[in-house]
Formats: sequence, structure tokens, C-alpha cells
Amino acid sequence: MTIVNYLTRVFPFVFFRKKEPPKYIVFIETYFPPVIMTILILYTLKDIDFNSRPYGLKEIGSVFFTAFLHIWLKNYLVSIFAGTIFYMVLVQYFI
Amino acid sequence: MKYQNELKKAFSSSIPVMMGYGVLGFAFGLLLVSFEYDWYLAPLMSIFIYAGALQFVAIGFFNAKVGLVDIAIASWFINIRQSFYGLSLLKRFKQTSPFKNYLIFGLTDETYALLTTIKDDKELSKKHYYVFLTALNQSYWFIGSTLGALIGSQLSFNTKGLEFSLTALFVVLCIEQYKNLQNIFPFLIGIFSSITAIVLVPSDKMLIASIGIALVLLFTFKQKVQNELS
Repeated sequence: MTIVNYLTRVFPFVFFRKKEPPKYIVFIETYFPPVIMTILILYTLKDIDFNSRPYGLKEIGSVFFTAFLHIWLKNYLVSIFAGTIFYMVLVQYFI
Repeated sequence: MKYQNELKKAFSSSIPVMMGYGVLGFAFGLLLVSFEYDWYLAPLMSIFIYAGALQFVAIGFFNAKVGLVDIAIASWFINIRQSFYGLSLLKRFKQTSPFKNYLIFGLTDETYALLTTIKDDKELSKKHYYVFLTALNQSYWFIGSTLGALIGSQLSFNTKGLEFSLTALFVVLCIEQYKNLQNIFPFLIGIFSSITAIVLVPSDKMLIASIGIALVLLFTFKQKVQNELS
């Protein structure tokens, strides 16, 4: 992971010293980050069991709560912490 | 000290990052020990990996015993945006040896944001200023995560549900992405490929499969995705 992380960051320094990056690379750079963020949200939620109570409602509710806080207050620390505590309260006190 | 002014200036520009990295690092440390890993993994990972979202995801990877190749590919795609940070810094980093490699290694989202917004001050030694800034930022992350792991391994409170911090982090990053891009298409592709992957492949291959499907879709609908913008 260390190696890949470094390779990711060193990549442009090695390949694009002189020339401009090709178009398809710029395309990926612009449009892939939002795609991967969406995938990662669902990746962290992939083990929800929708077939039994409470049908993933706690997770979905907490996602909306976090999103709401973030759109409202625009402070990422507040959103992440309040969202997590909201979820922890849900799973610990409302089984 | 010879480069005192550079250090001072680097410190004052890094204060906002101190807040963010300290708190998020702390959360990472807590989460790590809640999965019953030893506390010293937190400082080790913060020195050698040093990537916020990736370190959070790494906890899940280790836990699920995901294969190395899958980890490598997923890591690359999670951090792909950082592959392009360097492009705009090629010039700035030209005369920074012997620190250049460390500067590249330490190029996180926040460090990049600082490096690209600050103005060059002729009286300061640029490369020392850059390296202090990068190292200070990493030290906040290091201290935050180590404290989180140490305190988390001492206290025994109920951490059930703490793993949601990762989901919350991605929700926040996703909203920020939307603000920048104002284009719903990539998000739809993300949702579609994840759900397809959840349904079709085993749980431990889901991430890598989603990335694959998403890439195919992104290029298939390239024209459409780009037109949305104008």
C-alpha cells in the first residue's frame, strides 16, 4: 500500500516531464474521483442485510443525516463526527 | 536555527490542517484498535502509508483478508486524483532536491491545497518551506492517529457503529466532489456499478469489480458525460 500510494503520487513526475498528458488521462482524472467516492460509500455499506429488520434503515438514515449536516453546515469534521455518533446511538440503543 | 523563518511561516499556514488531521487521525486510531489491532499499527501506517481515506479502507482490507493485487489496484483508484496533483506542481518542485521524493510522497489533498494557494516569498528558501509544511502536516496526522489508538486501547467504551465514520467520510467527500463538478452522471455510474457488483460478485471482490464496471461505463458514455457539463 505504501508503494502504490507513492507510485500514485510520483506518476506525473515520471511520465509527463515534458509533454502534456493525453486526453483520456485528463478525462479519467476529472470524472473518476466522484465515481470512486460513490462506489466507496456503497462498499462500506455492502454487508447490510436488507431482508431482515430494520432493513438497512439505520445506515440509510445515517447517510442522509450526514449529508444533510454537510450541506447545511459545510464543516466536514462536524458532519463526520455527528454522523458517526448518530449511527452509534442508533445501533447501540435501538436494536 | 538556520531556517527559522521558513519553519515559522510553514507552521502558521499549516494550522487549519492541524485541526483537521488531528481530529480525523484520532478517529482513525480509535477505529483501528476497535478492530482489535495493536495500537502501534497506527503510527506505523501514518508514517509509511500516510493517506487518509486509504488508511481507513485499509482497516477493512486487512480485516477481510483481501488479496494483495486487489489492494494495489483499489488503492491506486482510490487515490487516483492525487496522481494529477503533481502535474500542476512540476515546475514548483523543480529545484527541491534532496527533498523532492519526500515532497511527492507527502502530497496529500490538504498539503496540495496549501502548496498551490500560497504565494512564493522571495526571501524564503522555497524548498525548506515546502518540506517543513509537508512534514508538519504529516506530524499532525501521526500524532492524532497515535493518540487515538493509545486512548482507544486503554478505554473500553462501546465502539459498535464506529465504522460508520468511514461511510460518513465518503459521504462528505462525495458532496464536495459534486460541488466542484456539478454533474450527476459520474455518481449515477458509481451507484449503478456498485449495485451490480454487490448483486453479481462475492462480497470480497465487490470493490474491484465496481471499479472495472465503472471504467467501462465511463468510457462507453464518454460523450454523454462530457456534454452534461456544458
